[in-house]
Amino acid sequence: MLADLAAYLGDGTNWAGSTGILNRLVEHVGYSALALLVGAVIAVPLGLAIGHTGRGEGIIVGLANTMRALPSLGLMTFLVLLMSSTLIPPITALVALAVPPLLAGVYAGIANVDRSVVDAARAMGMTEWQILLRVELPNALPLIVGGLRGATLQVVATATIAAFVNLGGLGRYIFDGLALYDYTRVLLGALLVTALALVLDGLLALVVKLVQPGTGRMTVRDTGLQAAIDDRAPAAPTA
Amino acid sequence: MITFDHVTKRFPDGTVGVDDLSLEIEQGSFTVFVGPSGCGKTTSMRMINRMIDPTEGTITVGGRDISTVRPTELRLGIGYVIQNAGLMPHRTVVDNVATVLVLQGVTKRKARITALEAMERVGLDLRMATRYPAQLSGGQQQRVGVARALAADPPVLLMDEPFSAVDPVVRDDLQREMLRLQSELSKTIVFVTHDIDEAIRLGDRVAVFGTGGVLQQLDTAEAVLTRPANPFVTNLVGRDRGFRSLSFQSATQVPVHDVETLPLAGLGSAPALAPHAWALVVDGDRRPVGWLNATRQALVGERGEAALAPLGSLSTPSRTLRQSLDAVLSSPSERGVVVDDDGALLGVVEANDVLAALSAQRGSTTDDAGVLGATATQDALS
Repeated sequence: MLADLAAYLGDGTNWAGSTGILNRLVEHVGYSALALLVGAVIAVPLGLAIGHTGRGEGIIVGLANTMRALPSLGLMTFLVLLMSSTLIPPITALVALAVPPLLAGVYAGIANVDRSVVDAARAMGMTEWQILLRVELPNALPLIVGGLRGATLQVVATATIAAFVNLGGLGRYIFDGLALYDYTRVLLGALLVTALALVLDGLLALVVKLVQPGTGRMTVRDTGLQAAIDDRAPAAPTA
Repeated sequence: MITFDHVTKRFPDGTVGVDDLSLEIEQGSFTVFVGPSGCGKTTSMRMINRMIDPTEGTITVGGRDISTVRPTELRLGIGYVIQNAGLMPHRTVVDNVATVLVLQGVTKRKARITALEAMERVGLDLRMATRYPAQLSGGQQQRVGVARALAADPPVLLMDEPFSAVDPVVRDDLQREMLRLQSELSKTIVFVTHDIDEAIRLGDRVAVFGTGGVLQQLDTAEAVLTRPANPFVTNLVGRDRGFRSLSFQSATQVPVHDVETLPLAGLGSAPALAPHAWALVVDGDRRPVGWLNATRQALVGERGEAALAPLGSLSTPSRTLRQSLDAVLSSPSERGVVVDDDGALLGVVEANDVLAALSAQRGSTTDDAGVLGATATQDALS
């Protein structure tokens, strides 16, 4: 079976075209991105609001638990029976997966910003919006991106279900393979999904490091400032 | 400059944070709110920049009733320093200091240059400007906090227990820095602390708050120590207040005596000391290094400089009787070492002279003498 798999991957014709590996990969990433985007539109404002005001923490627990308990495949099948669209049911099922980790990440990120920092910012004359955008959000980024990372992993792994309702994506290989008793194809689909998920996970892990506050990784050098410092403190030791 | 007119703060749960507070804080004064926790001192301070709104009464800052001013606008004109500094961890030191300027609409480039000036003013090394708060020590962070509050040059400065979380040595340093800054800048400062020593050292006016948010006494630091208004204040300033009040007596009249000195270089070849005599060892610049007696001199050959007895605390002529007396008490030879501002030896003071200077000064202010005398008797009895 592994030899068959290697042969399949080695054949260039299997990569090209509308049913080729590359196109399936693009479709898969497309469904995942759409679901994550819709999930973020729901989870980010809600998480920011609850984290900033400290009100409605019960909503987080309730919503997250309910959505986590929903079986993706069941939800999707149910929605397919209700409507004629083929795109909305799988995306809805994926959004339900994306929201809990995103919401938890945004909420925890904002709520965990040192309260004395927020208090000082307010006392200096920042408006609530300025506090949220200039103080809380930058310091919450590692946890927010961490939430995105969790959501991405789950959504990418589950986006195979789109193929169940005759859409594309890497799930095609799995469902087609099962129907045809072609287990090489099932294995191919599983491997590609795993590889995609791992690559995205690794990339987001790097982003988490990059957005860590107070490391200066994202800072633009201000040459005017440096010149002013050198000008004023020329004799200061460089240590 | 800042007035509280019958201000009361009642919290939603019914507790009274501040009870009918009326007080005036003069422009350019350093006023310290002091009291035990839960006495309403922080609540009172936070009402000045509308971090808390009073339930009753009015507060005016610079003649304006602040309930008519938008909180954000009011706060931009009032510097604020808190415990642990509260610096933004994602911004560099210079950007933290520049925060208020940027909020006021100054361009980032200009704000940073002004921020550097503020850092210089509080004695921060400008090389720290591009570091992040987490890379600084607690004392340095606190200095950045003060620089941040001063950068936009506000007329009023609120400080909420700013130095409580740093170690005593750094705190002493920061307190001295605060006094220097205030003598240069003459801001109207409201400073909250639970430490009566800090209150007396820093404040030219001290407001003592009691439980339930009732103001017990508002007076000069010296008056709070020497003439406490009621038993609560007496209790708060504590039993050492007689000793503490020495801080208000100048040491200029204490005579400085000569002392036998030995040079640090060639210590081993110095002539032998008499059995009960102490000699002060000084270095090439006549800075005192340590005390030596006959017993310790015998060990010099073996241990060198480590054989010296420690100096104890040093005093200068311009300081207070408290420092003179402390110098005497902490010295192994029972004589306190006096140095000039460069640290070079001037001589020694003796306990009898310190006490004589004290009674001379008390004699000139008979009113205080009576109170202090009564206090001492009371303490001796209790």
